Amino acid sequence: MTTVSAPVKSRRFSKKEADDSGVFARRWFTPYLLIAPGTLWLLIFFIIPLFSLGRLSLKSGGLSNYSTVISDNSTVIVRTFVYASIATIAAIIIGYPLAYVIANKGGRFKNLLLALVVLPFFVTYLVRTLSWKILLFDGGPVVNILHSVGVLNEGQGILGSPFAVVAALTYNFLPFMVLPIYVSLEKMDRRLLEAAADLYSSPARAFRRVTLPLSLPGLFAGTLLTFIPAAGDFVNSELLGSERTVMIGNIIEKNFGKEFFRPELSALSFMLMAIILVGVIIYARILGTEELA
Amino acid sequence: MSVTDSPAVRRVGRIALIAWAVFGFIFLFTPIVVTVIYSFNEPTGKYNYIWNKFSLAAWKDPFKYPELTNSLVYSLKVAFVVTLIATVLGTLMGMAMVKYKFRAKGVLGAVIVLPLTMPEVVMGFSLLTLFVTLNWSRGFVTIIIAQVMFSVSYVATTVRARIRGFDWRLEEASADLGAGPVRTFTKITLPLIAPGVLAAAMLTFALSLDDFIITYLNSGLDNTFPIEIWNLKRSRVPTQINVFSTSLLVISVLMALLVIWQGRRRQRALDGAASASTGIGTHGLAAG
Repeated sequence: MTTVSAPVKSRRFSKKEADDSGVFARRWFTPYLLIAPGTLWLLIFFIIPLFSLGRLSLKSGGLSNYSTVISDNSTVIVRTFVYASIATIAAIIIGYPLAYVIANKGGRFKNLLLALVVLPFFVTYLVRTLSWKILLFDGGPVVNILHSVGVLNEGQGILGSPFAVVAALTYNFLPFMVLPIYVSLEKMDRRLLEAAADLYSSPARAFRRVTLPLSLPGLFAGTLLTFIPAAGDFVNSELLGSERTVMIGNIIEKNFGKEFFRPELSALSFMLMAIILVGVIIYARILGTEELA
Repeated sequence: MSVTDSPAVRRVGRIALIAWAVFGFIFLFTPIVVTVIYSFNEPTGKYNYIWNKFSLAAWKDPFKYPELTNSLVYSLKVAFVVTLIATVLGTLMGMAMVKYKFRAKGVLGAVIVLPLTMPEVVMGFSLLTLFVTLNWSRGFVTIIIAQVMFSVSYVATTVRARIRGFDWRLEEASADLGAGPVRTFTKITLPLIAPGVLAAAMLTFALSLDDFIITYLNSGLDNTFPIEIWNLKRSRVPTQINVFSTSLLVISVLMALLVIWQGRRRQRALDGAASASTGIGTHGLAAG
C-alpha cells in the first residue's frame, strides 16, 4: 500500500506535467475524475451502509443491545472464532508447504501448479461444499476408511460434527492462503539463501532466519483472507454441521428475513466486524507489516 | 553441525515436504473430482449424495429442472453486467493509483482494501439495511449493486498490481509522433493495460458466479444458481447441479488456457513493439 506517499501539490505541478503522460493527464483533477465513479459506489453501497448498520444496532436499547447479544450468544461467538482459528492454522499447515514446493521446486511447471491451486474456484462455492457432504456422508469414502482404520466406531458418522465444518472451512479458503504466500516466496531473492549457506548456515536455519521472515507479508495476507471469510461463514455449518456447530453467520442468516428490524441482529453483525477489525490491527502490529497483498 | 544437516536426513525431509504438498493437492482436488464423478451418478432418491450406479441420464437431460436452468442463466446475466461495470470502475481506480500522485491516494487505498477485510455476511447485511431503509425492493438491480460493490476492490487491486512499473513514456512517444489522445489510447494505453484488465475481468466473472452470501442477503425473491441450490437443499439435490458445475468447470478451464495462450502471444508482440518504440523515443530525445 502506498499510504505513506507524501501528498503532492498537484495543482502547482499540473502545468508542467500536463501534456506529459497521455490522454488522461490533462489537469490536476484528472485522477479524481478517474476514481470518482468507483469511489462513489463504495461510499454509497459500502461505507454508508456500515454506518446505517451501526445506527440500527443502537436503536431502542443503545449499548445494552450489545450486552444482550453477547450474553445470549456467548457460546456461538466463542465457537465461531475457535472454528475460524483452527481452520486458519490448518490452512497454514497445508498451504505453506504447498506454496513453498510450488515456488521452489515447481520448475517450469510453476504456473501450471499455481493454476491447479485456483482450479477449485471454478466450481461454485456451494457445489464444492455439497461435494464435501458427499465425501463425508455416512457410508461415503471418508467414513468407510475411518471405520476400517478404527478411528470411528461402527455407526458413527462425521456429518454434523465440528470436524466436518472446520475441515470444509479449511478447504474452501485454502487457495486464499496458498496464493499470497506463494507470491512472497516467489519474490524472494534466491541469492540470500546462497549467502546464508556460504556463511555456514544450515538449510533449516536459513529457512528460519531468511525464508520465513521474508514470507511473513504473504502469510499475513493469507491468514486474513482465510480467517475473515471463515469467521463470517454460515454455508459450511448449515450444510455439514448441526445445532452443535452454529456460528454467528448462521444466526444472521436464520433471522435476517423475519427479525430484520431487531437491533440485536445488527449488533451481532457489527460486533463480528469490530472483533475482526481489532484483530486485524493487533495482528498487523505484531507482524510489523501494513501490507495486504 | 546438527543432526538435521546430514544428507540422509535432508533427503527424507525433502521427500516428506513434497509428499505433504502432494497431499495438499489431493485435498484441494478431491471435492472437484467428486463433483465431476457424481454428474454420472443415478441416485436412488432425490438426493445425489450416495453413489448408486453410472448413468448418463442427467447429461442427456440437463434442462430437466427449469428453475435450476433459469437460475444458471440468471447468474450468467448477473455476472456479465457486474463484470462490465466493475471492470470499468475498478480499472479507472487502479490506473489513477498507478499513474498519478494525488492527495486522497492514501485514503482511497484504505477504502479499496477495506471490503477485502470484511466478512461477507456483514457487508451483505449492512447493504440490506440501506435497501430496507430506502424501501427498495430487492432483485436484479440490488444484486448488481452488491456484487459490483465487492468486485471493484478486486479489480482495482489486480489492475494496479499488473500495470505497476509500466513505461508510460510510450504514451508521450506516441504524442510526440503526432498521435491524438484517442489514437494514443487505443494504440498504446489499451494494449498495455489489456492483459491486466482481462485478468481482472475474468476474476470478477468467476467471483460473481461464485458469490453466495452477499447476493443471498440482497436478492429478494430472485434466484441465482447458488441461491437455487441453497433453496433446493431441503427438497432435492438433483444430478443436474453436477452436470452444470462440470460444464462450467470445463468451459472455464478452456477459457483460461485460451487467455494464457493469447496473453503469451500478445506479450511477445508487445515486447517487440515496446523495444522498437523505446528505441525511437530515445532517438527523439537525443535529437532534441
